[in-house]
Amino acid sequence: MIVTILDILIAGLLMGGIYALIAVGLSLQYGVARVLNIAHGEFIMIGAFITWTLYRFLKVSPLVSVAISSPVVFIIGFILYRTVFTRLRTSSPSPAVFEGKSMLACFGLLFIIQNLAILIWGADIKGYSYLAFPIDFWGAKFAANRLITLGFAVAFGLVFYLFLARTRMGKAIRAAAQDPAAGALMGVNISRVLALCFGLGALMAGLGGSLLSMSYQIQPTMGLEYTMIALIVIVLGGLGSIPGSFVGGFLLGLVGSIVTYMQPGLSLVAYYVIFMLLLLVKPTGILGR
Amino acid sequence: MDIAKFISHKSFLLGFIFILLIIVATLPLYATRYSIVLLTTIFMYVVLTVSWTIFSGPTGYVSLAPAAFFGAGVYTSALLGFVLPLPAIIVIGALSSACLALLVGALTLRLRGIYFVMFTFGLVELLLHFILWWEVNITGTTGRVVPTVDNTTVYYLMLTILVIVILIAYLIKHSRFGLGLQSIGECEEAAAHTGVNVTVLKITTFAVSAFFMGAAGAIMATRWTYIDPRIAFNPVLSFLPVLMAIFGGMGQLYGPVIGAVIFTYLEEFLITRFPYYYMLIFGVIMVVAIVYLPEGLVGLTQKLWNRISGVKYADP
Repeated sequence: MIVTILDILIAGLLMGGIYALIAVGLSLQYGVARVLNIAHGEFIMIGAFITWTLYRFLKVSPLVSVAISSPVVFIIGFILYRTVFTRLRTSSPSPAVFEGKSMLACFGLLFIIQNLAILIWGADIKGYSYLAFPIDFWGAKFAANRLITLGFAVAFGLVFYLFLARTRMGKAIRAAAQDPAAGALMGVNISRVLALCFGLGALMAGLGGSLLSMSYQIQPTMGLEYTMIALIVIVLGGLGSIPGSFVGGFLLGLVGSIVTYMQPGLSLVAYYVIFMLLLLVKPTGILGR
Repeated sequence: MDIAKFISHKSFLLGFIFILLIIVATLPLYATRYSIVLLTTIFMYVVLTVSWTIFSGPTGYVSLAPAAFFGAGVYTSALLGFVLPLPAIIVIGALSSACLALLVGALTLRLRGIYFVMFTFGLVELLLHFILWWEVNITGTTGRVVPTVDNTTVYYLMLTILVIVILIAYLIKHSRFGLGLQSIGECEEAAAHTGVNVTVLKITTFAVSAFFMGAAGAIMATRWTYIDPRIAFNPVLSFLPVLMAIFGGMGQLYGPVIGAVIFTYLEEFLITRFPYYYMLIFGVIMVVAIVYLPEGLVGLTQKLWNRISGVKYADP
């Protein structure tokens, strides 16, 4: 009994770590850059595939290739914002119009990125084995790579939080989130800060993708599912709140593992039920403003 | 000359529609089987896009639920296909879709902006995954067989729905009802204060728009012969009507129609010519359309027309 509960708890935390990491990126993109990035999962997929390619052909450890994949994804995100979204933002009459249009543009990007990936890597499911030996927790066994993933997720989340809270750039980002116009008047280069946020969001997604490729199978069409989960998490935690994303991520991970234990196959349904109930009862989320 | 005024000139417009209707109605007599099938698909998208625009166009509430309403129609067709005649099924499918919309509309009254968007999309995914789970775990089968109907019948049924939906959209747009919807889009509080019954208006229109999506779903199901939740509740069907409406331009009623026709034809053309690159090109067109055509094709032609005819300032 104890082992089962421990099993469910730890599995939930392990899953939650990845959910949190992915959601932090989306939260940043929506909370600051005002882009509801439906293509968020595609950046996860790119990160995962770069890591897979490096491991498969050059035997680079996934923990090292994180340092390669995340800057690549960051640059893609940064350039995308500078080209597509900045133009949309300046041509839209109101923030609400920009939100709608940028979301649809993201849907187009989803098609583009996904199909480019299919052309490059093929549509098959891929996977590899790295640090897959089991580690024992009082009877409950877990693969080492999943624990490392959790460690990395927490560490990156912490570093990122400190970056936002302590640095000058972080302050500029928070200013842009509160009021872009006033921020610009105070000398913040809004266009660059927003592009940076979008890039950083993509970077978090890339990181998440690299890490989860160690323990989950990957394929070019995997993105949308992760996007939906990230969406649910940021609504759960409160749109635009970084600590909220972490709380929401772990909470959803736990719920997922409990539901999977009771009725496998119903976890996605449970996610959506929670999501829609939450939207109805408290749309601002647990830690929302 | 203002192109919108020119086109909406009554006698010209009525004549044009009349000729178009005659051509379309007699088409099965001489056209190939392929073009009938293609036209049915085009009609389906026009129905989805126009009925999406009935609610979301004036109010500005972006609904991503078309796939849910369409899927409700498809499933009605699959469940009752061997029991009832097709017209009855279409009506029941449309009604069940409208009931779903009434329920969703009543639930989402307080949601606005991005929250409404996410709720409606969540609805599609929820239904999809719940029915998948239900079929795998409770009934033990995935997918259902739908009795087939010959292409010409499907064509005429879809055409009928198409004519009705455009008529209804026109009537709503040019009535107090439509004016109320427009005022909700401009400012909901102000609309409520000037005596527009915001709640009733929003929910009824949402249900009307879902009604036609359900009808389209019930008809289309007969053409697929086999359906499963992933086909019936395909999330792409939620996004395409939105894109088609934006691509065509939502300012005029014919905007979404033109957008849907061109988009569907483009899709068909790309699938047959570039099967491997089709989705890629599709994505590029989508992004370009959103970034460079803020008012859609109709807005673009209006702009070009103004330039050619020498009008300096178009009236808004």
